[in-house]
Amino acid sequence: MRIFDPHIHMTSRTTDDYEAMYAAGVRAVTEPAFWLGQPRSGAASFYDYFDSLVGWERFRASQFGIRHHCTIALNPKEANDPRCAEVLDVLPRYLAKDGVVAVGEVGFDSMTDAEEKAFIRQLDLAGEHDLPVLVHTPHRDKVEGTRRTLELVAASGLPPERVLVDHLNEVTVDLVAESGCWLGFSIYPDTKMDEHRMVRILTDYGLDRMIVNSAADWGRSDPLKTAKTGQAMRDAGFSEDDVDRLLWRNPVAFYGQSGRLLLDPIDNAAVDQTATFEGNSVLRGQRPA
Amino acid sequence: MTDLLDDLLDNKGRARLTELIDEVTSTPARIAVLFPAVARAVGRGPADPDDPDGLVTPRVEDQARVALLRAAAQGWHTDDLVTEIGALYRHGDADEKRAVLRALDHLDVGDVALDLVGDALRGNDTRLIAAALGPYAARHLDTHNWRHGVLKCLFTGVPLAVVSGIAERGDAELARMVEGFADERRAAGRDVPADATWLLNQLTSKRPDLDVAPGTGNRS
Repeated sequence: MRIFDPHIHMTSRTTDDYEAMYAAGVRAVTEPAFWLGQPRSGAASFYDYFDSLVGWERFRASQFGIRHHCTIALNPKEANDPRCAEVLDVLPRYLAKDGVVAVGEVGFDSMTDAEEKAFIRQLDLAGEHDLPVLVHTPHRDKVEGTRRTLELVAASGLPPERVLVDHLNEVTVDLVAESGCWLGFSIYPDTKMDEHRMVRILTDYGLDRMIVNSAADWGRSDPLKTAKTGQAMRDAGFSEDDVDRLLWRNPVAFYGQSGRLLLDPIDNAAVDQTATFEGNSVLRGQRPA
Repeated sequence: MTDLLDDLLDNKGRARLTELIDEVTSTPARIAVLFPAVARAVGRGPADPDDPDGLVTPRVEDQARVALLRAAAQGWHTDDLVTEIGALYRHGDADEKRAVLRALDHLDVGDVALDLVGDALRGNDTRLIAAALGPYAARHLDTHNWRHGVLKCLFTGVPLAVVSGIAERGDAELARMVEGFADERRAAGRDVPADATWLLNQLTSKRPDLDVAPGTGNRS
């Protein structure tokens, strides 16, 4: 089984996770730029974070045989902080980089005017940089947030097939299915969506434009939820080809619209874990046994 | 476009680079988004297969980025050029930073971009260290920091062939520092890199019979 996790915050995960993900079949990931769990206090903090997404984290993943891509954006929550607003003006420099495969995560958190303004501006940036968009839907007032999201996407003039609306569940799936956008589902240990509910949705809606991710981050989450969803699909009678389509071909088709996927396989046996990125090795100076 | 770069690119890459150069010539500010995109637009890879990281001979994408920045520079006053160089470096990934450092040799900005050289020399990325110690540093970097840059090459295995100005700037104090480095290696039972021996010979002329060129590879 080959897996592309299309939404996972590897910056928050350990090398044990990378090893377990590789063993479970994960060969590529996309890490969306998002919140750190506490507020940033200024734009420079974003730039260091973006630098790590296109630099250190891509290097770290490669040491475990996993191709790492990222999406870049000012996230909805911090779009409300005027100290961070200048990030919008600098985003084009990052959206132009190799391995940046979408604008994201954009969207709504509390549905404020500032969030809407940043969302619209970043939908425009996606058009200007010929990139797909990854949209976060809010945890609170989710249906209304998703409805407004789809209105703004339609008004942007972006083709719906270049937009992935994420963190869906049983109450928002219909809205997005009708819109022509891609449908993203984050499979969590105890919130949002689990793999068995996911299989029921797949049974009802089919596999077209369906995307499943672990969205693993610094909170309670499981980077192997993509693999576990694959197993739940098999248990429910889906074929190997169905699993491959959901967990590999669909995310590749969506992010492939950027023309910037880096999917040549890494020969994991040949990876030199003593290699360094800006002087830092993942072995922290130790040689492999 | 230099003849060397011209030879390295295929027809498509050559045509694309010409387009990008035309674009920044008419609108220099476009370099903010064209500079990062150069490798996938024009081409990438080592110019010398024996030097995959482009430590001595800049890689294809490095040379293309330098050509692009030189073209944009024609349209700017020095202040604006310095501001944009700083932004390209600040927001650049390692590849872009390397190209900015390479470009300094060709831009008329005096010593005001030395903070970028200092940033590169503070880190341990050998590709950046190599790019930072070219003709620009040889001309402008103060003696103390230039000596430490040379010593850092010996510590990190960057071949001294990348360092400009050794004949002109090498002095007795650098010789003392390299001698100390060699002593420390010997005390630890480790080899003294050939480049350190070569440099000591250059600096002290104790063995004028030794006629070797600085190394081009990491052999420490």
